Amino acid sequence: MTESTYRIQGATGEWEVVIGLEVHAQVTSQAKLFSGAATAFGAEPNTQVSLVDAAMPGMLPVPNRECIRQAVRTGMAIDAQINKWSRFDRKNYFYADLPQGYQISQLYHPIVGEGQIEITLDEKNPDSSTKTIGIERIHVEQDAGKLMHDQHPTRSYVDLNRSGVALMEIVSKPDMRSPAEAGAYLSKLRTILRYVGSCDGNMDQGSMRADVNVSVRRPGEEFGTRTETKNVNSVRFVMAVVEHEASRQVDVLEAGGKVVQETRLYDPDRNETRSMRSKEDAHDYRYFPDPDLLPLELDDAFLEECRQSLPELPDAKRQRYEQALGLSAYNAATLTADADTARWFEALLAEGARIQKKSEGEVAKASANWLLSELYGALNRLGKSLEDSPVGPEEGAELLALVADGTISGTIAKQVFEIMLETGDRAPKIVEEKGLKQTSDTGAIEAAVAKVLADNGDKVEQYKAGKDALFGFFVGQTMKAMQGKANPQVVNELIKKALA
Amino acid sequence: MSIDLQTVKKIASLSRISVTDAEAEAMVPELNNILGWVEQLGEVDVTGIEPMTAVIPNHQRLREDAVTDGDVRDKVLANAPQAEHGFFAVPKVIE
Repeated sequence: MTESTYRIQGATGEWEVVIGLEVHAQVTSQAKLFSGAATAFGAEPNTQVSLVDAAMPGMLPVPNRECIRQAVRTGMAIDAQINKWSRFDRKNYFYADLPQGYQISQLYHPIVGEGQIEITLDEKNPDSSTKTIGIERIHVEQDAGKLMHDQHPTRSYVDLNRSGVALMEIVSKPDMRSPAEAGAYLSKLRTILRYVGSCDGNMDQGSMRADVNVSVRRPGEEFGTRTETKNVNSVRFVMAVVEHEASRQVDVLEAGGKVVQETRLYDPDRNETRSMRSKEDAHDYRYFPDPDLLPLELDDAFLEECRQSLPELPDAKRQRYEQALGLSAYNAATLTADADTARWFEALLAEGARIQKKSEGEVAKASANWLLSELYGALNRLGKSLEDSPVGPEEGAELLALVADGTISGTIAKQVFEIMLETGDRAPKIVEEKGLKQTSDTGAIEAAVAKVLADNGDKVEQYKAGKDALFGFFVGQTMKAMQGKANPQVVNELIKKALA
Repeated sequence: MSIDLQTVKKIASLSRISVTDAEAEAMVPELNNILGWVEQLGEVDVTGIEPMTAVIPNHQRLREDAVTDGDVRDKVLANAPQAEHGFFAVPKVIE
């Protein structure tokens, strides 16, 4: 672990930034936390609302097992204490998006206690320093509805589709010390949630939002007064909020003022934070245990099922890619940064090993290189993601197998891949139909070599006089004459022989 | 524990209940009587006793994750003083 050296240079000296994040992550589930209404994104207003979600009198909330299970699995994935006994509390406040007049949450007895997440400061360079960020707790709570203010001159419109959707609030300790650390933490948390499958991590759809707590202090001194910037919905914005809020606080302090503990809003268009007007008693939530719900008691069988159902997690996977598959640290980090990429890569590996009758380790390097350069290059060009790639893992593995067994050269493989992208045909068919098979027919290659050397008598003389670099030229000309289909090793040998 | 006029007014405002000054003043002794009555429970020694959460020992039942409800927009909006285009329409609230 390394200490951050990030400092803000004020007029009166250096300041250190202290950051904690509260992340609201929407739990992946079909139905809501306490009702059987659907959670799907983008439905018509108020069509995914039950009478429980609308807070009609006499309705009884019943917790959704899957939401509880996902919170527990998430806790296990960050190595946290799982509380077999937890309880729901009411957080009371009035707002138009909250029909109950209270949010059901867990203040006193959260379902998940202390855990931790290890962050790498430079994602693409896993040898760079790592740091452990403590997690204070994860609790489960209801989301509120959505307000729209721009549809009517004097009215706000309320859509309760989100009302009652399950959220996990993941609260970090104030362990981060720079915008980069805050960004790395949020990315890593998102990666873990997506691996676990407890949240889809779609920040642009609001599936993950962060409340960013920032304070500044002289290095080594006590924590300063913090502010909380609400609902920040991207890694980049979190980093911007930290940067701006910290320098704003330094300015306030250096001008002899005091930082006010308050809630702020981030305005991405102006790249600044500003104070949210709030009534002084706005935070008097009068929490108390929800009398509609009994304490939540989890038994060992439930916990065991949660543990068994956890997938291989990103850190373990990255280590395995490096150690068991022999991939470079960079490739291992890139392939494991997202669950979908890792899944795609593993499908490619499995298929490659099957077709080539080799171990996954033996096909890993070629597979990783092809995925990260050829396939990613093509997808970038086409503006597509891995998810809607026109070439799937099976097709990719077939192509790589043709290179591995010498049927085609690497150069021809690139051409074949282009044709696959265009036509949707599979590699063996393309190679067969277009006659792209690599030839080791020495007779044909010898003839081509002889012609190249005869046509370039001057260069042959220069070569013999010691200009070794010309060897590559002869190879290139021969390959060109053979339309790229000659086995490069055979070409090399035959040219060597002819020039000897 | 006892409460004063200011606390009564604050609780009323937090609960969005409108009370006149006269009503609030009348409530101070009423609420204090209730609090005093409940506080008698403090005389019982509960050292080492877990707080009771239900009269009959009972487990919280959990529901399976299935969509079994919703799609009742008309019912949901039926009691709304104003609804437009499938939304509740409320006085503009903007921060």
